[in-house]
Amino acid sequence: MEPHANLQVVGHAAEELGRLAVHNVSYLWLIPLFPLVGAAINALIGWKLQKVFGKKIVHRIAVTAMFASFAVALRAFWQLLHLPADERFLQNTLWNLLTAGRVTVDLAFALDPLSMMMVLVITGIGALIHVFSIGYMADEPAYWRFFSYLNLFVFAMLLLVMGDNFAVMFFGWEGVGLASYLLIAFWYTDPEKAKAGMKAFVANRFGDFGFIAGLLLLFWALGGAWTPRDGFARNLDYRPATELNAVAAAANAAEADALAPRVEGVKVGPTLNFRELRDQVVIEATGVKEHLVHANIWGVSLLALVGILLFVGAMGKSAQLPLYVWLPDAMAGPTPVSALIHAATMVTAGVYMVARLNFLFALSPSAMGWVALIGALTAIFAASIGFFQYDIKKVLAYSTVSQLGFMFIGVGVGAYWAGVYHLMTHAFFKATLFLGSGSVILGCHHEQDMRKMGGLKKYMPITRWTYLFACIAIAGFPIANGFYSKDEILWKAFTSRHLELFGAPVPWLGPFIYTVGIVAAIGTAFYMFRSYYMTFTGEYRGNAGHHDEHNVDPHAAVAAKASALSHSVHADDGAAHAFGVDSHAPSHGAVKLHAVDHAAPAHGHDDAHAAHGHDAGHAPATHDDADAHGHGHHGGTPHESPWTITLVLSVLAAGSFVTLFLGIPAAWTHTAPLLEHWLEPTLLAEVPFAHVEHVWEYVFQGAGVLAATIGWLAARALYKDGLSDVPARLKARFEAAWTVVYNKYYVDELYAFVVLKPSVALARSLSRFDGSVIDGLVNFVGAIGRFLGRFDAGIDKYLVDGLVNALANATWGAGRQLRHVQTGRIQTYLYGALGGALVVVLLNFLIS
Amino acid sequence: MISLNHFLVVGALLFTLGLVTVATRRNAVGILMGVELILNGANVNFVAFNHYVTGGVTGQVFALFVIVLAAAEAAVGLAIVLSIFQTFKTIDVRHADLMRE
Repeated sequence: MEPHANLQVVGHAAEELGRLAVHNVSYLWLIPLFPLVGAAINALIGWKLQKVFGKKIVHRIAVTAMFASFAVALRAFWQLLHLPADERFLQNTLWNLLTAGRVTVDLAFALDPLSMMMVLVITGIGALIHVFSIGYMADEPAYWRFFSYLNLFVFAMLLLVMGDNFAVMFFGWEGVGLASYLLIAFWYTDPEKAKAGMKAFVANRFGDFGFIAGLLLLFWALGGAWTPRDGFARNLDYRPATELNAVAAAANAAEADALAPRVEGVKVGPTLNFRELRDQVVIEATGVKEHLVHANIWGVSLLALVGILLFVGAMGKSAQLPLYVWLPDAMAGPTPVSALIHAATMVTAGVYMVARLNFLFALSPSAMGWVALIGALTAIFAASIGFFQYDIKKVLAYSTVSQLGFMFIGVGVGAYWAGVYHLMTHAFFKATLFLGSGSVILGCHHEQDMRKMGGLKKYMPITRWTYLFACIAIAGFPIANGFYSKDEILWKAFTSRHLELFGAPVPWLGPFIYTVGIVAAIGTAFYMFRSYYMTFTGEYRGNAGHHDEHNVDPHAAVAAKASALSHSVHADDGAAHAFGVDSHAPSHGAVKLHAVDHAAPAHGHDDAHAAHGHDAGHAPATHDDADAHGHGHHGGTPHESPWTITLVLSVLAAGSFVTLFLGIPAAWTHTAPLLEHWLEPTLLAEVPFAHVEHVWEYVFQGAGVLAATIGWLAARALYKDGLSDVPARLKARFEAAWTVVYNKYYVDELYAFVVLKPSVALARSLSRFDGSVIDGLVNFVGAIGRFLGRFDAGIDKYLVDGLVNALANATWGAGRQLRHVQTGRIQTYLYGALGGALVVVLLNFLIS
Repeated sequence: MISLNHFLVVGALLFTLGLVTVATRRNAVGILMGVELILNGANVNFVAFNHYVTGGVTGQVFALFVIVLAAAEAAVGLAIVLSIFQTFKTIDVRHADLMRE
């Protein structure tokens, strides 16, 4: 198993890399603008448009925005393609967001080969999923809200991948979290779905905390380098020229830029800009790399800490092991959302971020080791849960978590391009799978339980073939793209010998990850083909009347009522009810075709009913949905989905095939795969791999195919046509183990116990502390104040007021008494005069 | 022989009686009469002092002036009394107490 242990740099030439040449263009802002405008229009006046012009106008706006965005992305791709490989960097600075000293943060977009690929995936697959949503969400009353959110998501995702600096990226990072929350909790009237949205949001907050902590730590590390302090030995050999220390206030971005210190033409110092960071790290003359590699904080390698903290952010967004719990619950959202956000784009943001910062991660084997290890553990852990789920979307959700684990193995071991390639292939086949499951769910009248499906290949041929092809892709057969990316990842994992954990080299980690990965690959093939066989082969099992715990459709409650209503009104309809889509016949042509399909008497369509659908004018859209439900309960037959859905499925399945040509292994052609060559300018980190003869590569590819075959055959034996009773017997035999896995290892319960309960208890005790101690203190202080106030009031009332009143009373009393002197009678005055005269006379006598 | 002192005693009696009349009478006309008594008490003194002390006619003339003045005063006083009666429908001075206000 250890062919050659001598390490050598594979892929990249070891010569010194230079600065990145920048091509300034002025149209990149259009790419995120279109979805933003679409989101704004639908959010602000969508409800009115929908009421006045119908649902068509709403999805036309949204889809047009997506295709416009895709067109601009293609234009950018064209320009990028015609530049020399090492100059492929388009930049578009809109305006300055922040200037602080020498640090400037611009609202700027950049496209390099990596973000270009992401933008093409996001806008391309995103546009297709928008088209799919037209058919899937046709019954939805809040149609405009859905498309508004979907466009908003694409806008945020484009900011995330196109952002030229951490600030814009972080804005997008939070924006996709918001859009994800809004879309998971799209049917917010169902408390379970609202809770799922909140769970996703909160779990992501944990990750985002790590992300921003890593970001600030990195920023701090770069800043510390440029302000040498006495006593800090690590900065001694890194002391920059004196002018670098001059901290000057800059009025604007240009001035700040001019002030920024440069070493060999490279701007150094703290920065949030990816390109500047890359230049600083890559160009050795700046000394930044040297500084970062040797920097320690509390005895821990700073780069490892930064890498792990940033990876914590990726764990949250990309649903890795401790924080993956939100993703399966996120299936509460509409299926196109699961396809777009929770499979193809948003959840890959973490992978993208690690790949984007490959030059940093490559400097810290410890960080890489953790990334790869967590990825591998997640891959096998999620795959094992996927074995026994019955909800078709849950299977796909755990499959997504597992595949994200594979991507992290790729970017973790240093096979950045392979991780990114798997990201792209996964976007195609997982979008196909999710949309296929959406088509199945629609066809089975909002049934998600695979036990209620079966035999659908008869009814939904297009969905079946695309789903099967995507299964082949994800399982890893060489006729589809999944094989090429997964094989490359596992191969690179096996040859990787440089990984470290806790700063100590762990040479066996690579082969260990390979082993885990190949087991996870067997599991992948098994559960995907299990879902295929359960869904599409055998007999249709949906006819048995059922209404079990799986039917948690948000409309269930409304539907039950509305259904009863429509029964009473149209009693002569009998059991026959239209499909949800039927009453929308006027809204898109495809449905007519579909209606014809179901004109057979078996379906119980009668004219009266059709008339009913139109008479009602389908104003209350819940009613349509109720019909769909009613139908399901009465045991209707599954049906193929409208053309918007099947077309999208076909295109995506074709994409799953075509993209395999981007990753034909070097062992076959002796040239680097197309995608690796394309991404080379961006993914420049030099990671050493063990040199192994090409022949071994064939062996490992064979092992990959073998793993897929084992998984496939096992699933085929157990689940094909639903004939075998082995699964049931196995289940009975290992009831306990089955229960544990079926209940997802009780991780949610564990979290409830370990995280939720203590935090609630903490909150309670803090509340009590607040209620008794803090409030007591405050109340005590208040009481003192009140007492003092009363005392003061007493003084005021009795002493001050008493004095004043006494004076007033005295004056008043005196006046009152003296008033009697003035009688108004002249004779009284005369008495006074006489008395006065008498006194004068008497005094005269007495004195003399 | 009648001396100055006898006159002075008569003058003082007249003055005192006038004063008491003015001070105690409730009838406004009575008060006016009291005033006449006071004036006449003074007249007696004028005349007596003129006769016994100074000689000449100065005191006599002064007394005549006082009589004229008394006549004028009586006219004015009666007019006031009339006005009081019109206002209070009585000439009882106890009721004429508007000056208190």
